[in-house]
Amino acid sequence: MDIQTLTLLIVGASFVLYIGIAIWSRAGSTNEFYVAGGGVHPVANGMATAADWMSAASFISMAGLISFMGYDGGVYLMGWTGGYVLLALCLAPYLRKFGKFTVPDFVGDRYYSQLARTVAVVCAIFVCFTYVAGQMRGVGVVFSRFLEVDITTGVVIGMCIVFFYTVLGGMKGITYTQVAQYCVLIFAYLVPAVFISMMMTGNVLPQVGFGSSLVGTDTFLLDKLDGLSTELGFTEYTSGTKSVIDVFCITAALMVGTAGLPHVIVRFFTVPKVRDARKSAGWALLFIAILYTTAPAIASFARVNMINTINGEQMQGNDYAQAPDWIKNWERTGLIKWEDKNEDGKMFYSGDERNEMTIDRDIMVLANPEIAQLPNWVIALVAAGGIAAALSTSAGLLLVISTSVSHDLLKRNLMPDITDKKELFYARLAAGVAIVIAGYFGVNPPGFVAQVVAFAFGLAASSFFPAIIMGIFYKRMNKEGAIAGMLSGITFTAAYIIYFKFIDPAANTPANWWFGISPEGIGTLGMMLNFAVALVVNRFTAEVPADVQEMVESIRYPKGSGSAQAH
Amino acid sequence: MAFETPEKAKAYWRENISLVLKLLAIWFVVSFGCGILLAELLNEIRFFGFKLGFWFAQQGSIYVFVVLIFVYARLTAKLDEKYRVHED
Repeated sequence: MDIQTLTLLIVGASFVLYIGIAIWSRAGSTNEFYVAGGGVHPVANGMATAADWMSAASFISMAGLISFMGYDGGVYLMGWTGGYVLLALCLAPYLRKFGKFTVPDFVGDRYYSQLARTVAVVCAIFVCFTYVAGQMRGVGVVFSRFLEVDITTGVVIGMCIVFFYTVLGGMKGITYTQVAQYCVLIFAYLVPAVFISMMMTGNVLPQVGFGSSLVGTDTFLLDKLDGLSTELGFTEYTSGTKSVIDVFCITAALMVGTAGLPHVIVRFFTVPKVRDARKSAGWALLFIAILYTTAPAIASFARVNMINTINGEQMQGNDYAQAPDWIKNWERTGLIKWEDKNEDGKMFYSGDERNEMTIDRDIMVLANPEIAQLPNWVIALVAAGGIAAALSTSAGLLLVISTSVSHDLLKRNLMPDITDKKELFYARLAAGVAIVIAGYFGVNPPGFVAQVVAFAFGLAASSFFPAIIMGIFYKRMNKEGAIAGMLSGITFTAAYIIYFKFIDPAANTPANWWFGISPEGIGTLGMMLNFAVALVVNRFTAEVPADVQEMVESIRYPKGSGSAQAH
Repeated sequence: MAFETPEKAKAYWRENISLVLKLLAIWFVVSFGCGILLAELLNEIRFFGFKLGFWFAQQGSIYVFVVLIFVYARLTAKLDEKYRVHED
């Protein structure tokens, strides 16, 4: 069978599965819609969290990024996993004990202020929309390459599927669908990695394989790669180009940002007990780690394979006329370009003036099975995995948006008297509207999706994280301090990013950065500023009311946690 | 009040904080320490086909993170029982 039929079959089968689960697990109350009735097993919740977290960016782009960045790519690996340690040790158990539905709920109650709640709602909605636009784009890319429909049709198909199970099932439907999606995406990620690892190094485990020697030689794969990189005018693969302080700050911003992302935090409200919230974070990270430790292996395999197919074993360049199919296939999507500068009819890829290829990083994972000449069903499987990753993340984000609107904005702010049934209706309506807006951005993506994602992490790091941490660990922190901290952290971070990314992109070089910290890492400074301002303002303003202090005391131990409550 | 005495509540919280700080110290050392600040130094050392600093940045730190969370879950569960504030 050809790739297209196989892809249709496998992707179609996975869609049938997701919809089946959605019908089986329909939500009947706001409690089920927001937090799945609080009755999800920690392992299942861990899997769902992993699927929720690993987006189209993790699945499709991350290995490609690492492949081009080498050592520097470690910032994503450490940043996006290390955040879970913070989450598990400092946030999840306490927020679960607090037992409300949303992050703005916590901020609003802990800081006894509608203003704080509103600031939190706005941040949550902004962060989620930023993300979801990127996801829909990912769906579109996969569809357009493997089903050869145009991107718009691809996005619309994706929207319909997500609409169906988010609106119908809410958190309950999403959680069980995400468990299925995790299985699909991890299987799709591992199969080609294992195949390639065996072909290149004879090792079944890719994690071990990329530290082994190449089949039939004594050369270690990474040494070979370092040699190739230097020869072709790139920096050595295992050492980076970024400064140490920048790597440090980007990693910290991503870690703290991860721990502050509303759609990740809300997952820990869905388990029955505080004890389960702690364990669940561990399972989530374990499931995430399976993909995240495989990604750098794929990155180095793909890099070696790609250089060899383009430049040939002798590093003289291969004839374009005999180029493998994958190059021609991806050329049609415009993501690979070849320009014969020295007019010898041969392709050549390098980091200096000899270079004749433009290769988009995003294709590395999707093209990897083709580059390694794996069977067609593996290629189809990878397409299904990419779609699963994009759908599961968008569903989780859309749910946070709809909850923010129906619960935080309407129920807790504008219309406190609406019934549970009405609230559920508004939640579904909000999810529907959010999907349409997200779809619009998927079809007409703002040209700066990648920049905006850095924005989202920076904002989460410099606003939510310090407010929540101090809310739990420093019971004398008052609302004046927290609000002043959030506003100053977020303003500082936003201003720095907007200046370098939008106002004066030409000045975005290490020489102009403060302390050598790039806009991607500035959230770390923003976070410190938030802490500092909050502590200073706190000293000179009114004391925290006694009942709030008591509430903080009570979230510090597990006993007496009920299921998540609206009020 | 879930605790028998206010002193017990304080002691529980103190033990909890000290556990979290210890685990976070390990978290910091493997990632920011071995993976970033000391990476160049550790790269002189070979670990199979990896340079050690590179391995910590792309593999080792992630394994340690997973272990840390499970250790935390286990030890706090014990702590809860010691002070009788666990869930039924």
